Amino acid sequence: MYAFDFERPSTLAEAEKALATEDAQALGGGQTLIPTLKQRLAMPSKLVSLGAIDEIKGVRKGDDGALCVGGGATHATVAREAAADYPALAALASHIGDPAVRNRGTIGGSIANNDPAACYPAAVLGSGATVVTNKREIAADDYFTGLFETALDEGEIITEVRFPIPEKANYQKFEQPASRFALVGVFVAKYADGVRVAVTGASEGGVFRWSEAEAALSGAFSADAVAGLALSADGMMSDLHGSAAYRAHLVGVMTRRAVESAG
Amino acid sequence: MPKDHEGIGASSKRREDVRFLTGAGNYTDDINVNGQAYVHFLRSDVAHGRLTKVDTSEAEGMPGVIRVFTGADFEGVGGLPCGWCVTDRHGQPMQEPAHPVLAQGKVRHVGDPIAAVVAETAEQARDAAEAIEVDIEDLPAVVDMKAALKDDATKVHDDLSSNLCYDWGFVEENREAVDKAINEAAHVTTLELKNQRLVANPMEPRVAVGDFNRATGEHTLYTTSQNPHVIRLLMGAFVLGIPEHKLRVVAPDVGGGFGSKIFHYAEEAFCTFAAKAVNRPVKWTSSRSEAFISDAHGRDHVTKIELALDKDNNFTAIRTETYANMGAYLSTFAPSVPTWLHGTLMAGNYKTPLIYVNVKAVFTNTVPVDAYRGAGRPEATFQLERVIDKAARELGVDPIALRRQNFVTEFPYATPVAVEYDTGDYNGTMDVLEKMADLSGFEARRKESEARGKLRGLGLNCYIEACGIAPSQLVGQLGARAGLYESATVRVNATGGIVVMTGSHSHGQGHETTFPQVIADMIGIDADMVEIEHGDTANTPMGMGTYGSRSIAVGGSAMVRAAEKVINKAKKIAAHLMEASEADIELKDGQFSVAGTDKSVAWGDVTLAAYVPHNYPLDEIEPGLEETAFYDPSNFTYPAGAYACEVEVDPETGKVEIKRFAAADDFGNIINPMIVDGQVHGGIGQGIGQALLENCVYDESGQILSASFMDYAMPRADDVPFYDVDHSSQTPCTHNPLGVKGCGEAGAIGSPPAVVNAVIDALHSGGHKVDHIDMPVSPARVWAAMNA
Ligand SMILES: Cc1cc2nc3c(=O)[nH]c(=O)nc-3n(C[C@H](O)[C@H](O)[C@H](O)COP(=O)(O)OP(=O)(O)OC[C@H]3O[C@@H](n4cnc5c(N)ncnc54)[C@H](O)[C@@H]3O)c2cc1C
Repeated sequence: MYAFDFERPSTLAEAEKALATEDAQALGGGQTLIPTLKQRLAMPSKLVSLGAIDEIKGVRKGDDGALCVGGGATHATVAREAAADYPALAALASHIGDPAVRNRGTIGGSIANNDPAACYPAAVLGSGATVVTNKREIAADDYFTGLFETALDEGEIITEVRFPIPEKANYQKFEQPASRFALVGVFVAKYADGVRVAVTGASEGGVFRWSEAEAALSGAFSADAVAGLALSADGMMSDLHGSAAYRAHLVGVMTRRAVESAG
Repeated sequence: MPKDHEGIGASSKRREDVRFLTGAGNYTDDINVNGQAYVHFLRSDVAHGRLTKVDTSEAEGMPGVIRVFTGADFEGVGGLPCGWCVTDRHGQPMQEPAHPVLAQGKVRHVGDPIAAVVAETAEQARDAAEAIEVDIEDLPAVVDMKAALKDDATKVHDDLSSNLCYDWGFVEENREAVDKAINEAAHVTTLELKNQRLVANPMEPRVAVGDFNRATGEHTLYTTSQNPHVIRLLMGAFVLGIPEHKLRVVAPDVGGGFGSKIFHYAEEAFCTFAAKAVNRPVKWTSSRSEAFISDAHGRDHVTKIELALDKDNNFTAIRTETYANMGAYLSTFAPSVPTWLHGTLMAGNYKTPLIYVNVKAVFTNTVPVDAYRGAGRPEATFQLERVIDKAARELGVDPIALRRQNFVTEFPYATPVAVEYDTGDYNGTMDVLEKMADLSGFEARRKESEARGKLRGLGLNCYIEACGIAPSQLVGQLGARAGLYESATVRVNATGGIVVMTGSHSHGQGHETTFPQVIADMIGIDADMVEIEHGDTANTPMGMGTYGSRSIAVGGSAMVRAAEKVINKAKKIAAHLMEASEADIELKDGQFSVAGTDKSVAWGDVTLAAYVPHNYPLDEIEPGLEETAFYDPSNFTYPAGAYACEVEVDPETGKVEIKRFAAADDFGNIINPMIVDGQVHGGIGQGIGQALLENCVYDESGQILSASFMDYAMPRADDVPFYDVDHSSQTPCTHNPLGVKGCGEAGAIGSPPAVVNAVIDALHSGGHKVDHIDMPVSPARVWAAMNA
């Protein structure tokens, strides 16, 4: 690690101020950022921990019925507190990493980082959620802009993610054998006005919506409806854990399984 | 009876676990010497290149920097020695390149140390290392072994004639006869396969602390080693020129080794050297990332094996051709692994009359490769048991029947590959397996899996290993530059307690529990009256350490010999005390008695007399009760076993799940069944890791792609099933006093072929005519094979 200053404000306003310093960076659960610092791959001038800001740590039901998850809510909190209202989201959170990771890592950190193999981006995009920051509201469809890229500005803080609650949903994760992130993860959510299918782990462009599957499932929400669909391997990632063709194939399998398991 | 005092055969709980599980262990990184400085190694980030500039001037002026070292500082110092010289097919010694402590002139693999900064803190050392200016003129990276042997290949070592370390033929005189037998065979099964490169990844990364005492001129090295005496000898004699009496090597609690902590590493020599040069203790603690590019790797063989059978399915000949990756330099025992630890095991459990093994060892721009749990024997077992399975399928015969038909059944059995199996009962072990694994219920389980849309497969294999790595004269003839005996001192204290100082080293094997069980059994006292000391050259006799499943077979035997000497002397003392003839003295349950009388004295009375010799035969024997023995066995030991694995394959994703795993082993006599179970469990876990998960991969430019746990898949608890383990099939070793064979590597040797055989069987049951999938049998590879 390189030396850095550290602040741990207890309000959003203070955090905003602290982050105004050049090269200051927010610290969520540190599950991505701390290993990056240890490897000296990042050199922030200051870390601003969001861990003491109670106003962004909870899970609540919004006026419009959406499930609102604070940007600082840990995966363990979501696994516990979203279980009744949005079981598919809670299940996804409960399978991220191990207990230590889940007790530290936060949804804000996960979607700010936007690892192409992370789980949460699939839920956020698959639910058509809204990412709320200290400055604005960003629709999921506009938020994820590429590998490790998002619509966030420098110093912008994710304060909440608002998930419209679907009729049925499910997340299927096929684990990369080493990291156990998603080699391919598919989030399927059925809403009154249609079905959304979001895929993580597979594409060179990061999380994406599989529109053919969405169209087929919006017609008939059954595994058969997507049985014949095949995703092209073009643009899929290829590495030592799986070829592009394998990933494309898995997207089909995981989509079918998600539909079968949706509840 | 033994249970009373936790003797041989008792499943005593591991006494060392109390300190390990309560955080009271004393690992090398726990050792901090007053005034200690820290070293950070600047390592090459390219695979191959010429060092055109190493400018340390800026780094030297950085805060906290004590001194910056480069290869030039080590020009007058020896290189890291290789402990084994292999002679090639033509009678020539292998090519042996220099292995400098810090790179000189060239870097040869990602991770090769270029410079080292010693500073007040580890962070300051790292800061300064980043300020060293290095220019490297890139050279083409040599990665693929076959390409490395082409005439126009770039040479890893400019001063060698090629990238070939040796071309070894074994037994060379058999070559023509084997060729002939294969040409004339009724059936020949051929298989080409890879035994992939692995990273040992013990839980504790390596650490070294060098200390120099100016007043006495003594060096001390604290290090994570499986064999401190070997490090003292190699580093003292070959690298730094320090005589043994001025060099102490301490390997305290060591958190796993699996082979990777046998070898003498540059960092050990550096810390010892630098401590004197800067007159400060110098400490290095490897990061996990550093471990991936500086610990010796394992395996990495590419093999073609041919098995010839006659019309009655008797094995008539085996021919193999293997390319063995040495990496960029020869690690301490690297040359022996693909040769003497591999070729000598090619007979397996079978009476194949003709065998020829060819091994080409190759230098590449990768991390050096050396022994890793099993060392050569897993590679031999894997190819043999895979090719037998393939032959059974080609011939349409039952794979168990084919194996049984070809088993060695008479002992001793001299193989055509230079070793003699002293004892074994391969049919008996297979009987145990068949029952334990409930093979008769397999078809029903397969149907049940199929009903759930899964393909179920059953895989079997046998293994034999040569362990208790020893006879010094034999290994000397084979090129070892060290003896391979073991040693022990049994020190009896005045009030009867015992300390055993062993040259073996425990880094997870449980010596502190099992060794006392043996002594307790011999004397008839409680095991907790016996303490084991190991790991410090200052207070243990010269021993060769722990690897090759040798501790109980060789180290335990040395201890028995020393304890026998102690008992013999104690009997003399007892005879004197009871005014009886020595020949009439019996020792049982800690009491010396005179045969045919009710006279007895207790163990403690005799030990006290030895140290308070008021009433003592001083004219016949010396006071005191302490004896040392060195034990050099007459042969290897030959544990053997039969393993069965059942897997389910998800035909949609290719994912393999292990449903059942049964291991029937013959380890001869067993000291602590629970510890043996644990060793087998761990070994199978590692074997499953190799079979399904682990893979160290380099790209064409010599960059390592699996350089962290994000990409290098270690086995985890939910990757392995509950094992069925049985070691009731016992044919005691005929040539060591305990009749023991060793169990540390068996699981890792015996399990990979069982898993792969099971996967292939599952795929065939689903109509996929797949002959082979290279390890790791990952979901992606299984899917690709099914959809080829
Ligand atoms: C062993 C292990 C296993 C894992 N397995 C999985 C897995 O299976 N699936 C998965 O999806 N993930 C996995 N992760 C990643 C984990 O989910 C991380 O918690 C997550 O990626 C980052 O969250 P964090 O709160 O720790 O963020 P940090 O590491 O603290 O920060 C990450 C980035 O986000 C920024 N940031 C943090 N909070 C905010 C905020 N509120 N607003 C704006 N920017 C912010 C930081 O500045 C930084 O750039 C794993 C991690 C580990 C260590």
